[in-house]
Amino acid sequence: MSELLEVDGVEVSYGRGRAERRILHGVSLSLAAGESVGLIGETGSGKTTLARTILGLTRLTAGSVRFDGETVSGLGARALRSFRRSGRLQYVFQDPLQSLDPDVTVRDSIGEGLRIRGGLTAPDVATRAEAALASVGLPADLLGRVPGQLSGGQRQRVAIARALALQPRLLLLDEPVSALDAANRIQVLDLLRTLGTDQGIAKLFISHDLGSVAGVTDRIAVLFRGDIVEVGSTRDIIARPQHPYTRLLVGSATTLTGGGVDRERRRELRQALADHG
Amino acid sequence: MVRDDILSVTGLRVVTRDGDPLVHDVSLAVERGGALGIVGESGSGKSLTCRSILGILPPGLRVDAGTVTFDGIDLTGLDYRSWQGLRGNRISAVFQDPASYLNPSITVGKQLSEVLRVKTGLSRRAAHARSLELFEQMGLREPAHVYRQYPFELSGGMLQRVLIAIALSADPELLIADEATTALDVTVQAEVLDLLEDLRRDRGLTLILVSHDLAVVSQICDHVVVMRDGVVVESGTADDVLKRPQHEYTRSLIEHHTAYGIEKFLAEEVLDV
Repeated sequence: MSELLEVDGVEVSYGRGRAERRILHGVSLSLAAGESVGLIGETGSGKTTLARTILGLTRLTAGSVRFDGETVSGLGARALRSFRRSGRLQYVFQDPLQSLDPDVTVRDSIGEGLRIRGGLTAPDVATRAEAALASVGLPADLLGRVPGQLSGGQRQRVAIARALALQPRLLLLDEPVSALDAANRIQVLDLLRTLGTDQGIAKLFISHDLGSVAGVTDRIAVLFRGDIVEVGSTRDIIARPQHPYTRLLVGSATTLTGGGVDRERRRELRQALADHG
Repeated sequence: MVRDDILSVTGLRVVTRDGDPLVHDVSLAVERGGALGIVGESGSGKSLTCRSILGILPPGLRVDAGTVTFDGIDLTGLDYRSWQGLRGNRISAVFQDPASYLNPSITVGKQLSEVLRVKTGLSRRAAHARSLELFEQMGLREPAHVYRQYPFELSGGMLQRVLIAIALSADPELLIADEATTALDVTVQAEVLDLLEDLRRDRGLTLILVSHDLAVVSQICDHVVVMRDGVVVESGTADDVLKRPQHEYTRSLIEHHTAYGIEKFLAEEVLDV
């Protein structure tokens, strides 16, 4: 099966000479069309840097990123702009209040990407915007509202609709439910679980919390200090984690059932990770 | 057996200047040495309930009805002076964003020493020694090094440990942790929760843990109160609330975990970490 996204040996460093810090140490990861993958890592693990590298916002120092068979890393400004304009790769941020313009109506926000890409008449843009809103389960009477008149969950769904309007091949979702309370979280996860599977849209969920993406992903990749230390099916990663960090991650997840991991075991897992280096 | 409640809140009502109630008829109690969890989303009134217990309601809000009794003392009628002997000394608290409670231009050790000198009257030298001891008990490695560090040099988890050390400096009986682990990475959150549980076991500290996340609360609490729109919708032992939730809202919180948490995978297999 040909891969939609192929991240191959990506290295990213900031600074020069003695101040140089390597953030990613040769990361490889691939996603097939329609696949849903979780990228899990703690603060400073490099997960946001990896996302930015895939989007072409951060320059890599080695390796390559291929999307739909094309190498998209190292593109010139013009080629990068044209790739972005195609809308094949879309990004949904943690906080929709920051990604949606507070003065722009839902209708215009969703239609903006379509207008920039061009090739559609104004009525077509309007129809597509309405369809995108419907596909995230929101009624058309929200089209005239601005973000301030929506609940947190509605705003995040509008941000998702905005990404979907461009009929992307891949959605990058950075902590899409972390800023939401329980009720809104369920709504958005219910949507994301099935979203795009018919159209073959792939999803890459980026999160620090295994628990928040376990229910919506087929596979999990664990990023630790700039390296992917483990990749596997979501079930295997949770039930049979191999790397000391993954074990600690699973043992640290809060559950209603206690999960069978006690404080003593967690202490052992922390020690094992410290010894691991 | 008669319960020995260190804190009990009865019929608490918090209102705005215009008399609109934000917290309505809230009652709860914590046993000495126990751990009570308060669960609710933003706007549920869980933080206002805690702030009423601590006597630090935001300007414009006041307790309009009800009582808050701590170890036989009615806290609702206390004057400023009486609070000084209680807050920080016998009842203490930690909140969500530890960095915002520290002075960025003073080392964290100095800030702890200062609190120790004011609250417990220790000499400069004794306060320094006690600070190192407290840092060590909070699981901070190389306490002498941490002592000389500024807040920006420490991670979120380390800062929260510093704040817990400061909160515990006068050896209080009750610690309120209001979303104290919310901003932390999952593994660090577990470390801080483990620390709180150790403190409860080793010092007999009574805990009130406030969180939007039922799972966080159920890790260490033996009793749970679920709040929504300023009202307690459910309360009981953690076991009862989790296994036999009565209110629809509590059920939806549990369903969320069952559908999307890692429980789904754990239920079917033996966890092998």
